[in-house]
Amino acid sequence: MSDPKFMIRNLTKSYGEYPVLERINLDIETGAFCTLVGASGCGKSTFLRLLLSQELPSGGDILMDGKALPQQPTPDRGIVFQRYSVFPHLTVAENLMIGAEFTARKFTGRLFGNARKQACNDVAELLETIGLSPAANKYPSQLSGGMQQRLAIAQALTMKPGVLLLDEPFGALDPGIRNDMHELLLGLWKTHAMTIFMVTHDIHEAFKLGTRMLVFDKLRDDPHAPEAYGATITYDLPIDLASAPPPIPGRVFDETDGMNLSAALMATAPTP
Amino acid sequence: MRIINRTLSRPTAILLGAIPFALLIGIYAIASHLRRADNPADKLLPSLGRMADAMWRMGFEADKRSGDYLLWIDTTDSLSRLAVGIAISTLLAICLGISIGFIPHIRRGFAPFVATISLIPPITILPILFIIFGLGETSKVMLITLGTAPVMIRSVAQAVMDIPRELIIKAETLGASTWQMITRLVLPQILPKLITAIRLGLVPAWIFLISAEAIASTSGLGYRIFLVRRYLAMDVILPYVIWITLLAFVIDRLLLKTSLKAFPWNHLAGESL
Repeated sequence: MSDPKFMIRNLTKSYGEYPVLERINLDIETGAFCTLVGASGCGKSTFLRLLLSQELPSGGDILMDGKALPQQPTPDRGIVFQRYSVFPHLTVAENLMIGAEFTARKFTGRLFGNARKQACNDVAELLETIGLSPAANKYPSQLSGGMQQRLAIAQALTMKPGVLLLDEPFGALDPGIRNDMHELLLGLWKTHAMTIFMVTHDIHEAFKLGTRMLVFDKLRDDPHAPEAYGATITYDLPIDLASAPPPIPGRVFDETDGMNLSAALMATAPTP
Repeated sequence: MRIINRTLSRPTAILLGAIPFALLIGIYAIASHLRRADNPADKLLPSLGRMADAMWRMGFEADKRSGDYLLWIDTTDSLSRLAVGIAISTLLAICLGISIGFIPHIRRGFAPFVATISLIPPITILPILFIIFGLGETSKVMLITLGTAPVMIRSVAQAVMDIPRELIIKAETLGASTWQMITRLVLPQILPKLITAIRLGLVPAWIFLISAEAIASTSGLGYRIFLVRRYLAMDVILPYVIWITLLAFVIDRLLLKTSLKAFPWNHLAGESL
């Protein structure tokens, strides 16, 4: 078996004296689609920021491809946030070109003339894939929320990253639009052969998209000092898409249901 | 229908906007008429006709002593001082504002200093400037710059710090260097706010310009007003004040139009004042 994409050993993160994450040990294989779920404030997004190097661990190691993670964000890890993910002062096409411009022109960061035309042609196909060709010259604030997130995902892919990190990317979208986004994301995941981490509050989304679900929760809790202990990964579920539980009609799931569902699944899965 | 939900046609809007001005002119004309009925030689509230005569004399008849057309000399002198002062402030605001807002080391090094400098009442520096730079153009331009730059630097720095962290992280994941982020992300994002900072900076800039000209100058709009004050020449002072206000208004509108034209993405939501 080949080496895992990520090896995480004894990872901890605390803010001041308050631990947020503790004792996380994990191997993530290349090409996995990990969905990160858990109650609010239990460190899913912090974990994602650690993978991005937006924040640095307080202890432990994250190895990517066998090497220590860089100390700052780099183009090998793309990111999509829930909001503020695209540049408001650039048009749709310019948002997709800017990565190539950064690479090509160290000083001006801007392409002109024929080089610019070439870059325009290069993004045409990407625009087609995300269905934004007619909106190529619009500004992001003229787009709907779903279109903006499609643009954000496409922009993150322009640098061909091996890892894509998504922080509740569809949290603000309507359910119908979400389904379209799921199809788009799964398609891109297959064609680009990426390792994906996605934070979500939607347990169905987590089951539907992921090949592996990481559940964050606090193992130890002191009711007199709720901040005293950090969260860790309590369940690490491989998701076999064929055996995923069918959604129960008419039933709305919330986060606690997610935990119960994971626990139920856990009982049937072999202990790691 | 509720009054907050009613929309206005353009002619109505213009008419409503004109009413306060018409009222002011009307009240002035009546007051002036009453005073002159009392004392035909009254100088305090000259008639509209006399003010028009005085302005014609200033603008289109050569001065007997120097042969200059005083209104235009005063206007170009004042505007060029204002332009140079504001230009230097703008340049400082871009360079220092972005450095302070974007680069932690420079922020720690300069922000307290700029904050302190911005609290010095600029007019108290004026004597020092006159002593160091003499009574020429330099000290007037310096006063305008000292009076406007610190506040403009601080508002640009704040604008840089208000750029959502997500955008900066995103630029990093697209491979941008610090310099590339400044030229392609930070500068374009703050330019509309820089124009706002210039528009707000122009208000004190005019005050410092007029003050400096009033104290030590041989030309300029402020100089003229304070010169003819000795003769109680309200027929010159009042039109000059109106002329200065008009200039300030036109400059402000031009800056707003520039912002709307150059940065459409910044004005897509909501009305701009």
